[in-house]
Amino acid sequence: MNEVSISEDAVKTIVERYHGEKSALISILQDVQKEYAFLSKDALNLLSQEMEIPLSKVYEVSTFYNSFSLVPRGRHVIAVCAGTACHVKGGPKLRSRLEEELNIECGETTEDRMFTLEEVRCLGCCSLAPVVKVDSDIYAYLEEDKIPGILKTYREERRQSGEN
Amino acid sequence: MASLFPSKTKVMVGEATCGLATGAGLVHAALAKEIKKQKLDIILSKTGCIGMCYREPLVDVIEPNRPRLTYSRLTPKNVPAFLNQIQEGNHKSKKPYCRIDEDSFIGNGETKRYFSGALPDDLGEVSLMSEIDFYEKQVRIATRNCGYLDPDNIDEYIARGGYFSLHKAFSSMQPEEIIEEVIKAGLRGRGGGGFLTGYKWQSCRRAHGEVKYVICNGDEGDPGAYMDRSIMEGDPHSVIEGMIIGAYAIGAHEGYIYVRDEYPFAVNSLSLAISQARECGLLGENILDSGFSFDIQIGKGAGAFVCGESTALMASLEGRAGEPRAKYIHTVEHGLWDRPTNLNNVETWANVPVIVGRGSEWFSEIGIENNAGTKVFSLVGNIRNVGLIEVPMGITLQEIIYDIGGGIPKGKQFKAVQTGGPSGGCIPKDMLDLSVSYDELSKAGSMMGSGGMIVMDETSCMVDVARYFLGFLESESCGKCVPCREGVRRMRQILDDICAGRGREGDVELLESMSEAIIDGSLCALGGSAPNPVLSTIKSFRDEYDAHIRDKKCPAGVCKELA
Repeated sequence: MNEVSISEDAVKTIVERYHGEKSALISILQDVQKEYAFLSKDALNLLSQEMEIPLSKVYEVSTFYNSFSLVPRGRHVIAVCAGTACHVKGGPKLRSRLEEELNIECGETTEDRMFTLEEVRCLGCCSLAPVVKVDSDIYAYLEEDKIPGILKTYREERRQSGEN
Repeated sequence: MASLFPSKTKVMVGEATCGLATGAGLVHAALAKEIKKQKLDIILSKTGCIGMCYREPLVDVIEPNRPRLTYSRLTPKNVPAFLNQIQEGNHKSKKPYCRIDEDSFIGNGETKRYFSGALPDDLGEVSLMSEIDFYEKQVRIATRNCGYLDPDNIDEYIARGGYFSLHKAFSSMQPEEIIEEVIKAGLRGRGGGGFLTGYKWQSCRRAHGEVKYVICNGDEGDPGAYMDRSIMEGDPHSVIEGMIIGAYAIGAHEGYIYVRDEYPFAVNSLSLAISQARECGLLGENILDSGFSFDIQIGKGAGAFVCGESTALMASLEGRAGEPRAKYIHTVEHGLWDRPTNLNNVETWANVPVIVGRGSEWFSEIGIENNAGTKVFSLVGNIRNVGLIEVPMGITLQEIIYDIGGGIPKGKQFKAVQTGGPSGGCIPKDMLDLSVSYDELSKAGSMMGSGGMIVMDETSCMVDVARYFLGFLESESCGKCVPCREGVRRMRQILDDICAGRGREGDVELLESMSEAIIDGSLCALGGSAPNPVLSTIKSFRDEYDAHIRDKKCPAGVCKELA
């Protein structure tokens, strides 16, 4: 995914969706992130102007919440659940294996922008621990050795769809 | 009623998040495809989570004049054979896991049998759901409808006694009477605080101000707890009905449900339920011709544990960073946008319609003194029957873990059960006869919290567990109070050292004295209870700390550097 240039109109449309309500800042940031996969400097600047909220405040909110990213993320976001049940049932092993397979640390994105590896606080599927989520797919009772196969399916999906 | 007790065969798939994660969506799709292909006269529907997570994906079959049958662990591959067996009326491909003869609507106390006469011969061997170990000791009030109805269908909620309490409240009760009932019922906040819900409502009703708000806290952040998700996904109307009754009693006309970002299905389910309630005139202007108006909006979180704290949640709803503030000014007087605000958690709201419907006397007889009613727990970790359970207060940990949970799998030994989320503590084996209530759990150095119960066996290292929670709290601390922001980090570093074999004599005492400073020096409960996991493990598992520090050994073999 290349750097996407922010369209002023798109941001305006999103702000209008919430009638420019200042209290909707979090929802607006979520929508912008959904559109552009991350919150760029340009996007934050635009929002600050459109909503008449100081940039420092916009920045404060976008860095306070875990679900916002100020750097571009990969095509697929892998979230390792770090809830207590997952921790007890081997979540940390899954995390190290993913870091090893992807050759990145948790919180980073692979060089080809294919995968971003993140830790999530608790997905609320504690009965299925340990759990890893890739985009919106949840992998339950995951065993370490299944990880390479799972990564492969996402890589191949891309090749099949003929994108580059 | 016709869709709950259909005149033709109905197949229901349990499709809450955990069902979907184990393939319920694929099973549903396979069923739909096969039913269409074979042109079968079968109703296909979905339902929420009945709690038997250890058996997912679950499929229920209701046939006219037969008990409802529950089948577990169905796969898309099984589907054609499964449908054949339903057509042929045998159990060739899949045996039912259990059966339900009678559906009881706890909201109004009615029951309805699925069949009349004797039990069909072929089902003599199939156990009743209410008699299997996992369910025998359960009493389902907050989760009364989860797994019994289609959450997307308001008619099914109404058929099971839903919105009758609202009607009762509007037609025959004054707001003060409702508050009195909730006080007399002894309902305490199920989010973990344990404050008497009725008193909170009363203070908010009495607070000065024209505009008041009610909020449902659906920011279930405690790792290991997912009962609120299950209720929001599986029975959203119970929360909405509770909120309308509460708003009427308090005199609020606007409500918010704050849902955490990690729960997309809960948001979908609630949004749909809200729009259905509006269409039916249960939300909006002049509800049921009572002259009372009330509406609900959904606010979405963005991944911040601290937003489960009431003042942080309100800051987040206002579009700000979720930093808690000191609470000597109560939110019932100055809450959201500085106006009187009453906040309760999902499970608390879901209890309200039943209390109003059945009366405080009925409710307060369940549970024990000062701890009325039930509590939903997520029983997870190293335990055989993993799932969501709702039990009367006062049940012992022993009963939960061994009778309901079936004990520890793989021949391992029980070590501890962690309750109360990151603010809670670890309860060791010699305290298993502890009765589960707000007061007893606090006395044991833990807390009720939102209801996570994570069972640990001998393969868990308690020092590592303490470190895990501090790591969690370190990154979730909002950073406002220095003792929490810096102190928790320093404590985590000391625990890192201990786990890596760099522990020194005196570390445990240092941790204890830092804990004291953090507890005293933090504004909100996150900091105020952050040291609990450390203090409770030091208290019950001091030997493990000593083994790490003195012998440079991790008895459980978890800490890599000491292996």
